[in-house]
Amino acid sequence: MIEIRMHGRGGQGAVKASFVLAEAAFQGGKYVQAFPRFGVERRGAPVEAFTRIDDKPVQIRSQIYYPDGVIVLDPTLIEVVDVTKGLKKGGWILINSNKKPDFFDFGDDYKVYTVDATEIAVQNRLGSRTAPIVNTAIVGAFAKLTGIVTIDAVFKGIDSSIPRFQEENKNAAKQAYDSIASG
Amino acid sequence: MKKTMMGNYAASWGAQLARVQVIAAYPITPQTLIVEKLSDIVADGDLDAKFIKVESEHSAMAACIGASATGARAYTATSAQGLALMHEMLHWAGLARLPIVMTNVNRAMAPGWSIWADQNDSLSQRDTGWMQIYASSAQEILDSTLIAYKVSEKVLLPTLISFDAFFLSHTMEVVDMPDIELVDKYLPPYKPDYKMDVNDPRSFGALTDEQYYYEFRYKMQEAMDEAVDIIKEAGKEYEKITGRLYDLIHPYRCEDADMILVTSGTIADTTNVAVDELRAEGKKVGNLRIRVIRPYPKKEILEVVKGVKKLAVIDRNISPGYSGIFSQELKSALYNEVDIPVRSYIAGLGGRDVKIEDIKDMANDALKNDAPNDLIWKGVKL
Amino acid sequence: MVIKFQKNDKPVIITGAKDMPPMGAALGSMLQNKTGSWRNVRPIIDYDKCIKCFICWKVCPEPAIKIVDELPVIDYDYCKGCLMCAEECPKDAIDFEKEGK
Repeated sequence: MIEIRMHGRGGQGAVKASFVLAEAAFQGGKYVQAFPRFGVERRGAPVEAFTRIDDKPVQIRSQIYYPDGVIVLDPTLIEVVDVTKGLKKGGWILINSNKKPDFFDFGDDYKVYTVDATEIAVQNRLGSRTAPIVNTAIVGAFAKLTGIVTIDAVFKGIDSSIPRFQEENKNAAKQAYDSIASG
Repeated sequence: MKKTMMGNYAASWGAQLARVQVIAAYPITPQTLIVEKLSDIVADGDLDAKFIKVESEHSAMAACIGASATGARAYTATSAQGLALMHEMLHWAGLARLPIVMTNVNRAMAPGWSIWADQNDSLSQRDTGWMQIYASSAQEILDSTLIAYKVSEKVLLPTLISFDAFFLSHTMEVVDMPDIELVDKYLPPYKPDYKMDVNDPRSFGALTDEQYYYEFRYKMQEAMDEAVDIIKEAGKEYEKITGRLYDLIHPYRCEDADMILVTSGTIADTTNVAVDELRAEGKKVGNLRIRVIRPYPKKEILEVVKGVKKLAVIDRNISPGYSGIFSQELKSALYNEVDIPVRSYIAGLGGRDVKIEDIKDMANDALKNDAPNDLIWKGVKL
Repeated sequence: MVIKFQKNDKPVIITGAKDMPPMGAALGSMLQNKTGSWRNVRPIIDYDKCIKCFICWKVCPEPAIKIVDELPVIDYDYCKGCLMCAEECPKDAIDFEKEGK
């Protein structure tokens, strides 16, 4: 089983991102579970969402405390939130940023990846320029990073979980898949 | 067909597959998505039902009672304070023997204002004559809705299906939706012997003196007793069409266990994982999930626990002034039958997460201590 | 416990729970229950005064006033003689007399 924690800001679509991620894994034949941190989300406030992916039905029903990987939708959160809290040694951090991974210093315990999901979302006209929707780009990068899901499964996930702009979302996922940078 | 969906939507689609004819509901977090989705389904023409918007939960249940009394398949959903507001009408639905099915998202009673998981809301309704199911997965929410109508319409008792707020209501997971053709065969239209009918006008719920009232209570108890076997049969029949079996209790690795944890709701699923870990450490522990608390499956529980040295109950609820409610129920079932010490834990009130480590802590504490204990507060901050 | 009922003109004897319906429902149709026998005053409609407003039809709690050929007609099989109709008639078109005189 792989457990992923998503960090975002309220209104940015972190919960939706965890669902799209799960949907892609489900389309790839996996059992999944995705859920928000059970709070009252407010726009702009730091929010968390979680995804579990396994080959058999997921029975654990508590929140995720020791994730295998962390996705950060907004790099400014790194100043505010301890995004590596509980992250397993050897775990990965995927950050939405236009910087190279070595710009971020999390020590030697973790592997850092970056993808400019914001720019990709803007190019594909997903969301608005001020509030781009980065879900699908992030999921594309995740597919490349982990190899748990194929890019085709991501496309299927987009078809079944996103009602509009499916081609644009697929393009975004593919661009992120191709452009993710590892440290 | 397998799909991903949140637990709340599993309830909506369960009602849709059951072809409910009247939905009367009032929104309340964390139930809102259930009826929001159902109103979409009805508006889209995917369900031929009357969706009645009401001004309160009391009215929602009253409308369901009226609908069910005329022979319609009625459905509603609520949570916490909403369920409490229905209380009077719940007794009415029970004694009028109306096979209404209701989904309740287990949420803590306020104050302090809380929207998180806690079973006190539904357990407060234990004595209203409703059958009560506690589901532990989104799949089970959908499946239980169909099974509940089957059973309810046979024994003429309403069913309350409860599940934990957020841990299921807002958690997306994989759900296998049965084909409607199979469901239609499993759950044919409701054809009651007694219903309100203008062509055969009868009095319902009229003044009932002591010459009859006592016997109506007796008949309700008879129906509850009968329901035990009918729930089992309906579960087996459902297994034939879907491959998924539901019973009143779900034991996990209990056969050779020295100690059994007794759980319900989502804590039960996490406990299965904890049991695997404890077994790997050489500890002979099992998990008995209580799925149905009314009718209480006393005989079935005794069958599972009779040889065990110790029992540990985990309650996400409390009857203030005594102890956890599943614990009380279990102890009363054991009394006069077997002598097994019970250690009773309170955990996860108000949605506090119950982690695998917490469950293992409670199990290890129970393994270490032989003395029975009615009330142990797991993780309370003093 | 022995309670006698009429069900579709046949007497039903209830000696216990086994004879009872699951809920508090009458065993037979309410049409069997000829409540007209309870009446001690009989309302009578004066059709010369009647303006066909049907307020009597509306207020009858039984309801024992039917509309036949666009006129209100009292069904004495069920009328209990409460005189709500006479009280509410705006034209005083409903009078009453004592039963059995």
